[in-house]
Amino acid sequence: MLEVKNLVFHPIDNGVEKSIIEDISFTVEDGEMLVITGPNGGGKSTMAKLLMGIEKPDGGQILLDGEDITKLSIAERANAGIGFGFQQPPRFKGMTVERMLSLAAGEELPDKVCCDLLSNVGLCAKEYLKREIDNTLSGGEMKRIEIASVLAKKHKLFIFDEPEAGIDLWSFSMLVKQFEQLHQNKKESIILISHQERIIQMADRIMVIRDGKVAKVGTREQVFPGLMCHEAGCRCQNPACS
Amino acid sequence: MAEIDQVTQSILEKIDGAGFVQEGAYNLRYNGYSLCHGSTKNVTIKRKEDKQGMDVIISGDAKGDVVHIPVVVTTSGINDEVYNDFYIESGADVTIIAGCGIHNSGCNDSRHDGIHTFHVGKGANVRYEEKHYGQGEGTGARILNPVTKIILEEAAVFTLDSVQIEGVDSTKRDTQVIMGANSKLFVMEKLMTHDKQVAISDMEVRMDGEGSSAQIISRSVAKGESVQTFHPKAIGCAPCHAHIQCDSIIMDHAQVCSIPEIDAKHIDAAIIHEAAIGRINNEQMIKLNTFGLSDEEAEAVIIANFLN
Repeated sequence: MLEVKNLVFHPIDNGVEKSIIEDISFTVEDGEMLVITGPNGGGKSTMAKLLMGIEKPDGGQILLDGEDITKLSIAERANAGIGFGFQQPPRFKGMTVERMLSLAAGEELPDKVCCDLLSNVGLCAKEYLKREIDNTLSGGEMKRIEIASVLAKKHKLFIFDEPEAGIDLWSFSMLVKQFEQLHQNKKESIILISHQERIIQMADRIMVIRDGKVAKVGTREQVFPGLMCHEAGCRCQNPACS
Repeated sequence: MAEIDQVTQSILEKIDGAGFVQEGAYNLRYNGYSLCHGSTKNVTIKRKEDKQGMDVIISGDAKGDVVHIPVVVTTSGINDEVYNDFYIESGADVTIIAGCGIHNSGCNDSRHDGIHTFHVGKGANVRYEEKHYGQGEGTGARILNPVTKIILEEAAVFTLDSVQIEGVDSTKRDTQVIMGANSKLFVMEKLMTHDKQVAISDMEVRMDGEGSSAQIISRSVAKGESVQTFHPKAIGCAPCHAHIQCDSIIMDHAQVCSIPEIDAKHIDAAIIHEAAIGRINNEQMIKLNTFGLSDEEAEAVIIANFLN
């Protein structure tokens, strides 16, 4: 279980203190899928980075299975059981896809396992194993390899930052299936940051972050119906909503 | 069979990954002389009469033959200059595994200058692998100055794969290629320098023949206070294609200088040069951290993969 208590992030930008995350608390149970959504610039990606240790909070606590991980480094959190899928994964000249998957898994993976991981995200595996993760790959291919790399290892908690961004419709269906399967196993906790209705509808609970604060949190049934009209910051033109 | 000491054996393992054995076509140059050599039906190795070095004649019947010609220097203070000429007949298909390793445990400089000339016949296919490596606790420098001349006849294909792994204090590499019609050149140059090492790589590729094409990729990592200079030059004298790509990772207080030169002398000469120098990408480090790798481990992985 993940517990986030009173998390605060106030970075200094050009000598001015900014309020990016303002006293956010929430929990994610074992096997639960929490989808974080909300308007752009609201603090969702920053929250994900704080959980992974990529950014350091100015206050609050993060506990994984009761252990305080607030002061742990990124690598220590990874080894404690957190997997992280980047919104815009970096490219690596000279590194092959199969090497990357083995690094992600923490062990040398046989070709068969690499192929399965890639097939599950909609990539024809044999074509990709020896390819380098460089500029010859499209944004969508990068994103799918990123997701495959996170799924290469068992984690207590998966965090995916906008996994659907840059992925074509066909691959998106496969991606949704992957998340559904992961969720059905109910072994790992999953945090998904997303704007995609189909992903939001998979959630056990939905949390809306706006202006660095939790605007709303609750079960899918509680939060989803009003989401498009109010919580995401949109103004709906349908008089029935207002 | 010649006796090979332990130091030499360990160096051979570094510079000849395929494994050096005194079988087939081979020549082991050791501290300035040929310790052992052997020829085969398709590959004849002859010692030169007038100067240091050998002639290697590869028959057109060679199909997938491999020639091993490593050089090992273990005596401090040696200055070895050697001339090797390769005559590869039309239609041959051959891999030549060269490489030089210096073990210097003394205070005098050890130096090896290999001057290699390749005459590649029509339609022949040559893969030339060259690894350079230095070791030893001595204060004497380990110096390697290879000169590689390649003359490609019509439709010949030449792959040059050169790697300088570590431990070479000073290197000045001079590569000259003349290309005939429809010939192809692939160059992969990988270089890592550290401490106060200096590496210079000059390369001139002249595409004289119509339809010739060259792909030159250079990847380097400069650590410590080392200095690297790359000067690849592609000259297109006929309808031809060339693509040069130089990528360097710079670390610590190192210096990397990349000087591209492309020279088109024909309206249908298409030549591209790309060069990039930069530090290790922080996003790559963070990505590898999320796999549980420490900063040191992540750095090592990035460098190892960059240099393959």
